[in-house]
Amino acid sequence: MSAAGPSQGANSAPYGGSAAASAASVGVVNMATLAANAGAPSRSPSSLLMRKLFRRKVVLAGAVILALVVLLAVFAPWLTPYDPMALRILDRMQSPRAAHWFGTDELGRDVFSRVVYGARYSLMIGAAVVLISVTGGVLLGLVAGFFRRLDGPIMRVVDAMMSFPDILLAIALVAVLGASITNVILALSIVYTPRVARVVRASTLVVRELLFIEAARALGIAIILAALSLQMVGDGFRDLLDPKLRKAL
Amino acid sequence: MTRYLASRFAGMVIVMMLVATLVFVITRLAPGDPAAIMLGDQATAADIAKLRESYGLDKPLPVQFAYWLSELAHGNLGQSIFLQRPVTQALLERAEPTFFLTLFSIVIAMLIGLPCGIIAAVWRGRTADQIFSGFAMLGASIPSFWFGLILMQIFAVALGWFPVAGYGNPGVPLSERLNHLVLPSIVLGVVNSALILRFTRASMLDVLSDDHIRTARAKGLSEARVILHHALANALIPVITVLGLTFALLIGGAIVTETVFGLPGIGNLVVSAVLRRDYPVIQGALLVIAGLYVLINLAIDLLYLVVDPRVKY
Repeated sequence: MSAAGPSQGANSAPYGGSAAASAASVGVVNMATLAANAGAPSRSPSSLLMRKLFRRKVVLAGAVILALVVLLAVFAPWLTPYDPMALRILDRMQSPRAAHWFGTDELGRDVFSRVVYGARYSLMIGAAVVLISVTGGVLLGLVAGFFRRLDGPIMRVVDAMMSFPDILLAIALVAVLGASITNVILALSIVYTPRVARVVRASTLVVRELLFIEAARALGIAIILAALSLQMVGDGFRDLLDPKLRKAL
Repeated sequence: MTRYLASRFAGMVIVMMLVATLVFVITRLAPGDPAAIMLGDQATAADIAKLRESYGLDKPLPVQFAYWLSELAHGNLGQSIFLQRPVTQALLERAEPTFFLTLFSIVIAMLIGLPCGIIAAVWRGRTADQIFSGFAMLGASIPSFWFGLILMQIFAVALGWFPVAGYGNPGVPLSERLNHLVLPSIVLGVVNSALILRFTRASMLDVLSDDHIRTARAKGLSEARVILHHALANALIPVITVLGLTFALLIGGAIVTETVFGLPGIGNLVVSAVLRRDYPVIQGALLVIAGLYVLINLAIDLLYLVVDPRVKY
């Protein structure tokens, strides 16, 4: 993989992924033909995706900003001039100035330090919630979409969850669980899992009607799962990237 | 069609039953006792017990649940513990600002989102598209509380065109009350227009590359007719979906915006009810909001029939 340089590769051999020849399994051969049809060079698909993604200036700008925020959050103790919790009543309500870049709040706390430390929590909570709700939602959606019997019960619960306003549900859940970061993450994950589940179920329904699933069913359940998951990952990637790319245009 | 409607209604009943159960379980699991909160620190244990008894809070939870459900079946949402009035009345008193705020925000969001989305799609990649798409990105990333405060600073404090916050008493004329809603409506309208703009643009782009658009152009139709008649009609379904969901979301109360502008709406009502553990209000309000959401979803699905003759149930 490291052999392919960054700029060449457009004209590399169409059957570049020669690993496929040695693999006997049906699924792998399928994948190789797909890759060859798409004219993909012998580079891993993910790095190709990244290169295509970062060729867009807006995406690049967004990535740089995000990286900056992450760095700020990670190195918060070394970057902030004040303790975010320290009260200095005499310095309260100051406008932005050299000593306090973002000014101070009503208790004299340095707003810049508080923003930087706040980014830590925001990023942590955001990442954890996405991770948990995507995992849970994909599982639920796959099960609901693939097993007809479970579809009704699962989706009715999903409907019920989605019919609550999300902030109210989160507030109510935090009131139940008690206010802590773990509980905020838990509450938000419970709120967002149904949304992911609904999207995943919809694409599962589409995929399961495709002919090759019919064929795979004749071959056995293992192949169904392999084929289905491949297709799902592809679909998921498209759904994830598409709106961003459109936004970037 | 009749069969479809019947199954939809059956599904709605099941969903509402689930919602009722969830709401009840969540509120009762929360630590904290409304009677103790209401009577304050000075209350004796006997006082608290007496108040709990008068609201039936001393009974076992399954009994409370069964009682609540039987009252619901008669259309009675119960009695608020703090507000000294029926939950239905409390909801109706708070419904006006939320209803008008929702209505105005949706209209503003549509007036911005639809035309800008169409223009951005037709002139894809040109300056207009870049401006509108940039606007959409900005609108989606701006926090509504910040935008609200800025508008307040400029138009209410500096220029004095609109009231800063609040809603006015029920006694003042309606126009006076609605004047309080101008700034919050602009905030919610602009923020929500971003999503509508993006969906309109994406959906129009999809349709504009279809064969029938080329045919319409080849037939010699004017460009305006091709875009507004042939393309827009086919691009509307996803746009309607987003519009409906935005509507449903706003009906539940735009809590952040209501708080910033001090509007006594549904969102405010529920948040204060949660803080005071006013169980009947939390339960009743969430149930009504969830019911409206489910109904709006059904309305959207039925609207597809009107917009697109190809859709059949």
